[in-house]
Amino acid sequence: MSSPLDILTLQPPEPAAHPAPPFDVRRVRADFPILGQQVQGQPLVYLDNGATAQKPRAVIDALSHYYTDQNANVHRGVHHLSQIATDAYEAARRKVATFINAASDREIIFVRGTTEGINLIAQTFGREQIGEGDEIIISEMEHHSNIVPWWMLCREKGAKLRVIPMNDRGELCMDTYQTLFSSRTKLVSIIHISNVLGTVNPVREMVQIAHAHGVPVHIDGAQAVPHQRVDMRDLGCAFYTFSGHKMFAPTGIGVLYGSETYLDAMPPYQGGGSMIQNVDFDNITYGNLPNKFEAGTPNIAGSIGLGAAIDYLNSIDFNGAAKYEANLLEYAHDVLRGVPDLKLLGTAECKVGVLSFILADIHPHDVGTILDQAGVAVRAGHHCAQPVMKHYDIPAATRASLSFYNTREDIDALVSGLHSVRKIFG
Amino acid sequence: MSDLRELYQQLILDHNKNPRNFRVLDPADRFAEGYNPLCGDKVEVYLQLHGDRIKDIGFQGSGCAISKASASLMTETIKGKTLGESETFFKDFQAMLTDPSSNLGLDQMGKLFAFAGVRDYPTRIKCATLSWHALRAAIENVQTPITTER
Ligand SMILES: Cc1ncc(COP(=O)(O)O)c(C=O)c1O
Repeated sequence: MSSPLDILTLQPPEPAAHPAPPFDVRRVRADFPILGQQVQGQPLVYLDNGATAQKPRAVIDALSHYYTDQNANVHRGVHHLSQIATDAYEAARRKVATFINAASDREIIFVRGTTEGINLIAQTFGREQIGEGDEIIISEMEHHSNIVPWWMLCREKGAKLRVIPMNDRGELCMDTYQTLFSSRTKLVSIIHISNVLGTVNPVREMVQIAHAHGVPVHIDGAQAVPHQRVDMRDLGCAFYTFSGHKMFAPTGIGVLYGSETYLDAMPPYQGGGSMIQNVDFDNITYGNLPNKFEAGTPNIAGSIGLGAAIDYLNSIDFNGAAKYEANLLEYAHDVLRGVPDLKLLGTAECKVGVLSFILADIHPHDVGTILDQAGVAVRAGHHCAQPVMKHYDIPAATRASLSFYNTREDIDALVSGLHSVRKIFG
Repeated sequence: MSDLRELYQQLILDHNKNPRNFRVLDPADRFAEGYNPLCGDKVEVYLQLHGDRIKDIGFQGSGCAISKASASLMTETIKGKTLGESETFFKDFQAMLTDPSSNLGLDQMGKLFAFAGVRDYPTRIKCATLSWHALRAAIENVQTPITTER
């Protein structure tokens, strides 16, 4: 059993008792060791946060602390370390539940990431509830991970995808959305914030519209959680998925939130240890939530790292960080508009710090390579969103994606790199 | 940025802007498509043969400067060569980009030596070799599009 001291260290912090000091980018940058690095002899300018975010020292230390002092398997030992590891693992689940304001920690399923979360829903809820002739509504701006699992399910079942179109600013056409519902609509699955365009979709309103038709909603929150607070009880969606690594936690850990009513009714995803109550060869009873969906040894270290990332976000005035980011985005928009022949994709009224663009007829890969030589890390390619590329009739785009640790100097380095690109390509 | 000047040297920028043999051959004796799913680069290679000699070659496609210039210079290099000679160029080109012990120089490689600098940009090697893989697929008459990823 754990000592009183261990239990103390496992208590989640109480944000209310220790209000975070106002957001200060210099102090926050010092929390991320990698940001001090040089690339190609220049200070690293990391603008690929949409792909994955960097990790604060607190997260790195939590992993090291777990493996140094706490490592054991969870939910299966009577020994001291096993109890410590189990407590830490379940404490992480509670931190997630509080962070996203879920009604209960039974609604938090640990998965590998957004992709696995969506596949879980498709393989359990989807395979049971969706049949021939049924329809699933998604949108034109989905990441491939919110297209392919549904496409595969539709192929298997003879069901159909209905797609909400978007306008050229990168906003969903809400009027069309309303008309896509039919008596066969079984699910709406939409992206909260676009990884290419930065558009913040009106998901709360979209959930209400779906509910008016009696249809449950899944929201892909991979790009939302790193930028703003999300609130499950306010949103009222059936499912919400996100990845730890995009919110400053390790790779290989993510969350499927499911409202208890839905999760309870769903069959398990994978079979194995931990997800059962009783096994004999004639009869098997499944475990309760959340265990029913967590077969096998989970990513214990990853979930503890995710808990540490949440503690970190609670400690830095996350709302202040979001305001700082919005201000930085405005600055970035202004200076990028000053680069000749640069066309921004995604100019939605309501957006976060994602800046995808094309520069004259220069291929994004060439842009990315030249920026890299200036120490500026961006993403070049189709961003796992080929339908968005098709909308703008381009094969690829360059994307700079911001986090609260970026600065105006980072944006200036990007712009100066873009001028070099133009010079090389004359 | 001196090394960037080597990667994006004048010859490459010129072939990117004005690719040679950038056309469909109709009829073509051989045809193949190459695709790099990581970046979306696409190339189509068309061949007209006379015996085992490449009488004419054309290409189409879209991609970055490296891939387009590479395809263009490839067509210039192998037009009029035998299939055996083009295979030797393929192997030498591949070695120049990926084999650290390779000492193939301007003498053996001619204009293709312009791509030697790509060796220092591992993420871009596939851009330079895509059209060569498509050429080989065309020679071998591979019907399905070949990709740089397995
Ligand atoms: C909007 C969105 N959805 C889903 C994913 C997939 O996340 P993961 O690869 O972590 O499963 C991403 C990651 O790029 C994303 O941006």
